[in-house]
Amino acid sequence: MITVRDLSHAYHPSSKVLDDIGIDLPPGQVTALVGANGAGKSTLLSAIARLLTPTSGQVCLDGMDVATADPSQVAQRLAVLRQDNRISARLSVIDLVRFGRFPYSRGRLRPEDHAIVEQCLEYVALGDLRDRFLDELSGGQRQRAFIAMVLAQDTEYVLLDEPLNNLDLVHSAATMQLLRRAADELGRTVVLVLHDINVAAAYGDRIVGMRDGRVVVDGPPEQVMTPPALADIFGMQIAVHEVHGTFVALHWSGHSAPSAPSAPTPVEWAL
Amino acid sequence: MGRVRHTVLGLGVAVALAMLAYLVIDVEASWSYALDLRSRQLAALVVVGAAIGASSLVFQTIAGSRILTPGVMGFDALYVFIQTVIVFTLGPTALQLMGIPERFLLNTGLLALFGLILFRWLFRAHSRNLFVLVLVGIVIGALFSSLATLASRMLSPDDYLTLQTVLFASFNTVNLQLLLVTAAVTSVGLVALVPMLRSLDVVDLGRDAALGLGLDYHRAVTRALLLVTLLVATATALVGPMLFLGLLVANLTRQVVPTHRHTILVPAAAAVGVICTVGGQLIVTHVFALNTTLSVIVNLVGGLYFLLLLLKAVRL
Repeated sequence: MITVRDLSHAYHPSSKVLDDIGIDLPPGQVTALVGANGAGKSTLLSAIARLLTPTSGQVCLDGMDVATADPSQVAQRLAVLRQDNRISARLSVIDLVRFGRFPYSRGRLRPEDHAIVEQCLEYVALGDLRDRFLDELSGGQRQRAFIAMVLAQDTEYVLLDEPLNNLDLVHSAATMQLLRRAADELGRTVVLVLHDINVAAAYGDRIVGMRDGRVVVDGPPEQVMTPPALADIFGMQIAVHEVHGTFVALHWSGHSAPSAPSAPTPVEWAL
Repeated sequence: MGRVRHTVLGLGVAVALAMLAYLVIDVEASWSYALDLRSRQLAALVVVGAAIGASSLVFQTIAGSRILTPGVMGFDALYVFIQTVIVFTLGPTALQLMGIPERFLLNTGLLALFGLILFRWLFRAHSRNLFVLVLVGIVIGALFSSLATLASRMLSPDDYLTLQTVLFASFNTVNLQLLLVTAAVTSVGLVALVPMLRSLDVVDLGRDAALGLGLDYHRAVTRALLLVTLLVATATALVGPMLFLGLLVANLTRQVVPTHRHTILVPAAAAVGVICTVGGQLIVTHVFALNTTLSVIVNLVGGLYFLLLLLKAVRL
């Protein structure tokens, strides 16, 4: 269980990026953080993954404070993947995945570590490309290699910051299916920042909508995929259709006049 | 892995050959005299090459860039500045009265202290923006050089001569006592790097990835930076500044040894450093007949290489 309490963060004293956030992330779900640019999604994810020291507040992971806990203890329970993964070293796929075992092996891999690395490579279907260098891979393959590293860390929690960045729709779908399988088959708790609200609705168990550093909407997709809730998150009118049991937000359909989130204007429901 | 092993073996052989060649080529007068003098010079070359090689490679990893080395970040200019200030404030007589180990300790201590402050500030203020860092390094280098020039203008001609003899990298006149101290400090520094090598592999992934993998990033980087500063300061205090040696050695190492593992890279960089200093001094002695100095050659080759790297980075 990840519990976030009274979390605030300000890069500059005048403007808060995170404003008094309290949220629980119980195990066994796919949770999507959504919101406009600057809403604080990535900052929240970074604070949970202790990549950033918040101005105030606390993040607890199974009862231990991530800011003060032993770093490798945290790394054995929580793995994080940032969106910008430019590595200056020239690594092969298997080199990268082996790094996932660092919290356990401190760089000296034991036989069981090698076995887990093999499993993870197979899981993301990169077994044949294990000796390729990362800069020789396509964007989708690269992303899968990084996901394999995070899976090799064998943690209950997997945090991903915009894993679909720079991926086309084919590779986005493949990546999301992979993460969904990791949640369902491997029992991982996945928390991810997503740009596309429809992807969040299709693959998420829970959507946390943020605006101006606050959590404004929090619930299962069917609860969040309504025009009032979307207006709270994005500040614009978005029509929602139900197609084969999935909710689809038509954010491109022209009803995009900005509105105040506190007083949603009458919403035009789709027919 | 096979290729890496062969390269490492090859480097070892090259080190041995270069050292042997340095000792025995062209001995004309008495062998015992030549060997005594040359082994002393050789020891200095080896100490400096290994220290600069290993430390520059580690510095690159910490900086997350192949273009940044202590020399590029203004460390050598800092050395010149500190020397000038010492001569300026204490006067040359005070320097000459001081025993050689004391002078060395003063030099190294000041260099290490200011170097550490400089590097920590740089990395904190500008995190990982490569071009800002290069720019800041150049500005800092220019600042310290100008300050040193200003201070040297105010020296008497005699004091200025004293300063010049300390400032130029020289392997011809190495004091034995100084050499022993430097060798001891360098060995301690290099040995202290060993337990960090596996963590450095993770540091190379960048701050966020390293933190995510449970590395105490801040502590790892501070420790490594401390040792790097110590090694560079010692080597510089022994023979004077050689701006581009580190850049040349660290990048050559990464090209020759295709691995990301610092357990191999760092010893290899030390070996390449020794090959460069010993080989360079061989060329200076036997090709240029001592008409030039090693630092001139290193800076010429290293400077061109630095330009090449910058041009390549711009294209990326």
